[in-house]
Amino acid sequence: MISRREFVQVAAAVAALVPGGWSRSFAQQRMTQAELLKFNSVGNVTLVHVADIHGQLLPVYFREPTVNLGVGEAKGLVPHLTGRALLDHYKIPAKSQAAYALSAEDFAALAKSYGRIGGLDRIATILKSIRAERGNRVLFLDGGDTWQNSYTSLQTKGQDMVDCMALLKPDAMTGHWEFTLGEARVKEIVDTLGFPFLAQNVRDTEWNEPVFKSSVMLDRGGVRVGVIGQALPYTAIANPRWMIPNWSFGIREDDLRKEVANVRKDGAELVVLLSHNGFDLDRKLASRVAGIDVILAAHTHDALPEVVRVGKTLLVASGSHGKFVSRLDLDVRNGEVKDFRFKLIPVFADAIEPNAEMAAKIRSIRAPHEAMLGEVIGKTDTLLYRRGNFNGTLDNLICDAMLEERDAQIALSPGFRWGNSLLPGQSITREDIYNATAISYPAAYRLTMSGARLKEVLEDVADNIFNPDPYYQQGGDMVRVGGLAYTIDIGKPAGQRISGLTLRPRGEPIDPAKDYVVAGWASVNEGTEGPPIWDVTMNYIKRKGTVAPVEADHIRVLGS
Amino acid sequence: MIAALNRRQALAIGVSAATTAILGGSVLPAAAANDYEDLIKKFTGGKVPTVGRVKIDAPEIAENGNTVPMTIMVESPMTPASYVTEVLVVADGNPRAGVATFRFTPDSGIAEANTRIRLASTQWLHVVAKTNDGAFFMAKKEVKVTIGGCGG
Repeated sequence: MISRREFVQVAAAVAALVPGGWSRSFAQQRMTQAELLKFNSVGNVTLVHVADIHGQLLPVYFREPTVNLGVGEAKGLVPHLTGRALLDHYKIPAKSQAAYALSAEDFAALAKSYGRIGGLDRIATILKSIRAERGNRVLFLDGGDTWQNSYTSLQTKGQDMVDCMALLKPDAMTGHWEFTLGEARVKEIVDTLGFPFLAQNVRDTEWNEPVFKSSVMLDRGGVRVGVIGQALPYTAIANPRWMIPNWSFGIREDDLRKEVANVRKDGAELVVLLSHNGFDLDRKLASRVAGIDVILAAHTHDALPEVVRVGKTLLVASGSHGKFVSRLDLDVRNGEVKDFRFKLIPVFADAIEPNAEMAAKIRSIRAPHEAMLGEVIGKTDTLLYRRGNFNGTLDNLICDAMLEERDAQIALSPGFRWGNSLLPGQSITREDIYNATAISYPAAYRLTMSGARLKEVLEDVADNIFNPDPYYQQGGDMVRVGGLAYTIDIGKPAGQRISGLTLRPRGEPIDPAKDYVVAGWASVNEGTEGPPIWDVTMNYIKRKGTVAPVEADHIRVLGS
Repeated sequence: MIAALNRRQALAIGVSAATTAILGGSVLPAAAANDYEDLIKKFTGGKVPTVGRVKIDAPEIAENGNTVPMTIMVESPMTPASYVTEVLVVADGNPRAGVATFRFTPDSGIAEANTRIRLASTQWLHVVAKTNDGAFFMAKKEVKVTIGGCGG
């Protein structure tokens, strides 16, 4: 029997309210490394998990969503609680450091008090401290989306992240955006990693044989641990298939069952799924595949200060962009988890000492590009953020850039969940734009599309997010739109959610039979032509000097 | 100005490969007559199949609608006394519902077959198995055919 000893340690660390107007230094006094890392250890195995770092070597501002709607059985459940509802659910005081890290409430103001979060050098310090305390009980697992989405990770084809992560000595990883480096490069890196890249659900298209190792057995604290990897099942749909033409993905639930049986047969007393499925998919999977003790979830970027239990399975969601390190202590005896304790450790950059070796490595990677990346190209008067089911201000900026720079009527921008936030009044550097756009298929296309086709696109993407069955959800958020307004009823079936399409700003209805000039980026099709999206966006910002995109009011959401 | 568009660019984000291949760019008449129910009735002689014993292994979302891997399995001892004789596969959203019919004998050993099929759009696969004693079993599974491209 598991005694319920887990609690919201992240909130308990600073339970007191921080009234508005407190200085940053005062806030920091209450936030020490010792306090952040404090953990009442338990048991014989410690799992440490990071995921969805998206190439971010340095600390960032990252605003969590205000709109993150759950559908079907996930409606009203975490991780679909945001803002006040989330804080109330976990009894987190408003304006506390946990409130800042986990929600969008008072984000811009609190960011000034609590500063940036993340940084691989800080994560290195946390890992070192946990390893010093727990010795050979520690297993460090990387949930993927590590090698891409910054300038240096794009320019070095992931090598910067690979080299830095190597210093952290992961025991295993899985992936998703990694695959946008293409088959050859992924293979090349995987062969030199020094630890396994696990993906039980990737097969070659010709013989249906596993491309990667499915699992690894590791002995920790006298416990035999079986770790199974699960890459994003929809990589070949959500990202360009032509980059990985010989690999096929999928959930492969039956194969996963077999793999769980395999590792149990090989003596695993603890079975961990290192997953990039997305949280809702993992929650459903946990109810259908028996024998998994822990699922380390990723992909949907949810940061949950408590584990979620589904039957006997514990689900951990560790956030994104290096904001958090999850620590899960487990007491495993006779092949069963008898007790556990969990902490989602927020990586407050001002409170946690950077690890010198990692800091030096990051500096050396960035040195050749530092001057270029630091070039200020403009300024924002409003908070720029992306995360949320519908347009964020950062997406509105990119859409505005496409409309003007590409002389289009309508702009479409992908619903990626990564991309840092910028505070009101902050300078915009080249690096900030790369951090929102750095992908290996960046061409900003321009074409004509009929009104009917446009609706079809929106319907299709909407079903990828709002299909009530998590097994049909790809992750990501709704495609962002510029020049267009619409109503979405997320509770309706596929093909019937989108209505009231109108052209902005005049509000004329979109005619299904008429063609419109559409600009967009991140097409998954091979041979897409156009300038890279970062150039389009930077040119626009340079021309404007100061930008001030506001919250989207052009999308009406029903049925939530 | 608008760059000259070839068909590939025009389709870059608008439509799945499967729709293109099957429809050749034309527009499918709404509610095109798909006779999957008739095909099932013909196969069973009007009997209503029992749900169960049949398993369909196909992706929830197709990576490429033109070639969707699918395996069908039917629980059966496959002995001369009790075996699966035929399995019908129909798709309820394709212009033509018929996908495949597999025939088995006790010598088949197991009632399992796999192939790759073409799906024009998101739809249900219906699989009906007939046994040597004239019983019918079935399963169905929805396979989504999507444009994709925004996950992450």
